[in-house]
Amino acid sequence: MPGAGPGVPKTRSNATPTSPISFWDAFVLIQQLVNGLTLGAVYTLIALSFSLVMGVLGVLNLAIAELFMLGGYFGFAILLARLPLPVALVAGMAGAALVAAIVERIGYQPFRGAPVVTPMLSTLGFSIILQNVATNVWGSDPLQLSDEVLSGRFNIGPASISAIQLVVLSVTVLLVASLAFLVQQTSIGRALRAVAENRDVARLLGVPAGRITLIAFMLSGSLAGAAGVLIGVHYAAITPYIGVEVGLKAIAVMVIGGTTRIWGSLIAGPLIGIVEVMTVAYVGSQIRDFVVYGLMILILLLRPQGLLGSGRGDQSQRV
Amino acid sequence: MNTTLPPRLRLDRITKAFGGVHALTDLSLDVMPGQIIGLIGPNGAGKTTTFNVITGAYRASSGTVLLDGQAVTSEPPHKIARAGIMRTFQNIRLFSDMTVWEHLLVAQPHSGLAVRRLLPMRFSNRKTIERAEEVLEFFALGNVRNRPARTLPYGLQRRVEMARAVTARPRLLLLDEPVAGMNHDEAEAIRALVLRLRQGGLSILLIEHDMAFVMNLCDELYVLDFGILIAHGRPAEIRANPAVLDAYLGRAA
Amino acid sequence: MSMYYAGILSDIGILLLGALSVYIILATGQLSLGNAGFMGIGAYITSWLTVEAGLPITVALVIAALVSGAIGVAVGFPALRLKGIYLAMATLGFGEVVRSFLLNFAAMGGPEGFHGMHHISTGYIWTWAVSVLVLVMLIEASPIWLEIRAVRDDETAAGLVGLNATEIKVGAFGCGAAVAAIAGGLFAHHHVYIEPGNFSFERSVDLVLAVILGGSTVASGALAGAVMLVILPEYLRFLAEWRFAAFGALLIAMLLVRRQGLLDRALLRFAWRGSRA
Repeated sequence: MPGAGPGVPKTRSNATPTSPISFWDAFVLIQQLVNGLTLGAVYTLIALSFSLVMGVLGVLNLAIAELFMLGGYFGFAILLARLPLPVALVAGMAGAALVAAIVERIGYQPFRGAPVVTPMLSTLGFSIILQNVATNVWGSDPLQLSDEVLSGRFNIGPASISAIQLVVLSVTVLLVASLAFLVQQTSIGRALRAVAENRDVARLLGVPAGRITLIAFMLSGSLAGAAGVLIGVHYAAITPYIGVEVGLKAIAVMVIGGTTRIWGSLIAGPLIGIVEVMTVAYVGSQIRDFVVYGLMILILLLRPQGLLGSGRGDQSQRV
Repeated sequence: MNTTLPPRLRLDRITKAFGGVHALTDLSLDVMPGQIIGLIGPNGAGKTTTFNVITGAYRASSGTVLLDGQAVTSEPPHKIARAGIMRTFQNIRLFSDMTVWEHLLVAQPHSGLAVRRLLPMRFSNRKTIERAEEVLEFFALGNVRNRPARTLPYGLQRRVEMARAVTARPRLLLLDEPVAGMNHDEAEAIRALVLRLRQGGLSILLIEHDMAFVMNLCDELYVLDFGILIAHGRPAEIRANPAVLDAYLGRAA
Repeated sequence: MSMYYAGILSDIGILLLGALSVYIILATGQLSLGNAGFMGIGAYITSWLTVEAGLPITVALVIAALVSGAIGVAVGFPALRLKGIYLAMATLGFGEVVRSFLLNFAAMGGPEGFHGMHHISTGYIWTWAVSVLVLVMLIEASPIWLEIRAVRDDETAAGLVGLNATEIKVGAFGCGAAVAAIAGGLFAHHHVYIEPGNFSFERSVDLVLAVILGGSTVASGALAGAVMLVILPEYLRFLAEWRFAAFGALLIAMLLVRRQGLLDRALLRFAWRGSRA
């Protein structure tokens, strides 16, 4: 807790109602909440990316962690060429979507009849390749942006939010809203939901299941790519290992939100982002993965429908 | 027959409900040692559900399953199997990539030290191998012993499934539609096998739609409809029972 | 033997043990993406026992294997509730939880790692590797292996013919965890320095890769996979920087054309007949 500094034993009697929380503590807390939300936004996008493929096809695409990393590098390439951020965002999304299409054609299509673990292993193959390619093309040292893409901070009450954080949050909201519109209101969305519910029936009804699968992978890839660009500009640096460090953790976010309902990520993402930032701030940076992955295991075992899922019966609500 | 012996199998007022739907209601049934009993009824009457309850695949909502007087109702499937109840499946369930011979080894319980399960077969398990040879010969499967069981013709696959169930020397054998899809000659061969198994002391409970087969083979029949026992008696009595006719014809109409 | 070849051979032996740990669990139809966690547990326990408690390495390895095996059993029970990718995700999480725990384990260096172990010989590593490999191959000819195959293929039918699927699946997790711990202990005493990063997701992937490439249906596949993963980059020097990409591509290609991996029972039988003809 904020009041308990290092060395102060945390006992139950410590929480006396008279001890005031100082202004500084409150400021730090709100600042951490903003930071947590920013990280959570990135998690949300990657988790949505994972659960889009998982929800429609029942497959865990492990390459998504590296599509996220790759998207970041594509975006950096554009930024380093002095082009504006929106172009970088589009480039990151399109680049990652294209690579996702390759993953779908080689790493998923041929294994449609195989046990679900087989395409997971083939996408693992892609993630190994992509990480190696990124290391060789851009080097294993962090690639840094020489100057900030956007500078400036806005003060909201006692906390301040940087322009970059504002961009990350608003782009995430925009992308999630577009995805929701696409899935709920368009014919592509209807086809996605039909394939998610029952591929064979969908085909009988004239849905081109093969093309829909490709679209699901590419949509998923573009979300991961966007997340990569956003986290890259947020940290002003990127490494080939960010996929394993941040991207894999989004699997935990997806699980916590519920693998059978993709929108669970909207709550799990910010939640995990905040939990992680708070853990780092008040417990120690080394323990955060323990907390996140531990939570994932507990959810898998105790609430397979996710933190907020209502039960196993809501298959039709998957997407 | 010694009347003081408990029945080999007794179902005592078994009820099985899925949600609110009753698949079985108050079913009581006895199989005496050495008997061949038929369980018949229209599709969806609850016959396979009965098998699943007996073998522990489903847990009964209420009622008791007794094997030689011992309750096995809440035991897990593998313990019930080891206690002496083995079954075959309506849609054959053989292990992929296993040869006929391996099927006859895999289901046998291991005697002696647990470590022997870890020793190579040929050094340590003479009795297991002898038993498998015996069953192989009984079911006339010798010439396909090293074939992967799933590549065999349908009739032979049914035989392998029966053989696998028998190797463990069960006390009660449950056969789920043993002659489904077989021609007359193949069915006759299965009938002869079942009779010979009974001679060996095995009690048998079987589900079958082939009425000629059932009437010619079983000592007694139990008739289920919508999970309720509607008739029980010797084949001739069942044949003359109007309620049974109604159940079948009513469904067909 | 030159240092160079000794190093390569040691790497193969350790990877072989790690791959076998994945193979044993996979044989019961469970894919673990977290065996590096068991390796880490074994590495840290063994190192503490030799450095701090002064025990001989062999005793330390046996103790580490037993402890890790017990943890494996403890992991195996809840794992029964999960299948396929859900089990893969949970084991991935387990591996990360262990790595994260080690990072916080200040008594043994936390992020700085731990050292002070005595270097062991290649011969010692291979004594363990060959012993475990031979043991697994003997078990493959035993009745329990038939039970394992039955459980992997159809758990329900296996139960109904009297096989205890719980015992077999949990037992496999325990044995796999024990073998992984031996691999970890040997790793620690080969490199004489360990840090939590040695036992990350990438390590788990290496172990799975060796099994899938070498052959996931026979124990000797783990050997073939370990040899491939260590030797190929040495001979394909021009691939040096691209060897991971090459392995990724090889993995996909193998899954496409030969899903059971390089070695399988049919190929071994063919080779055996050929060698006698």
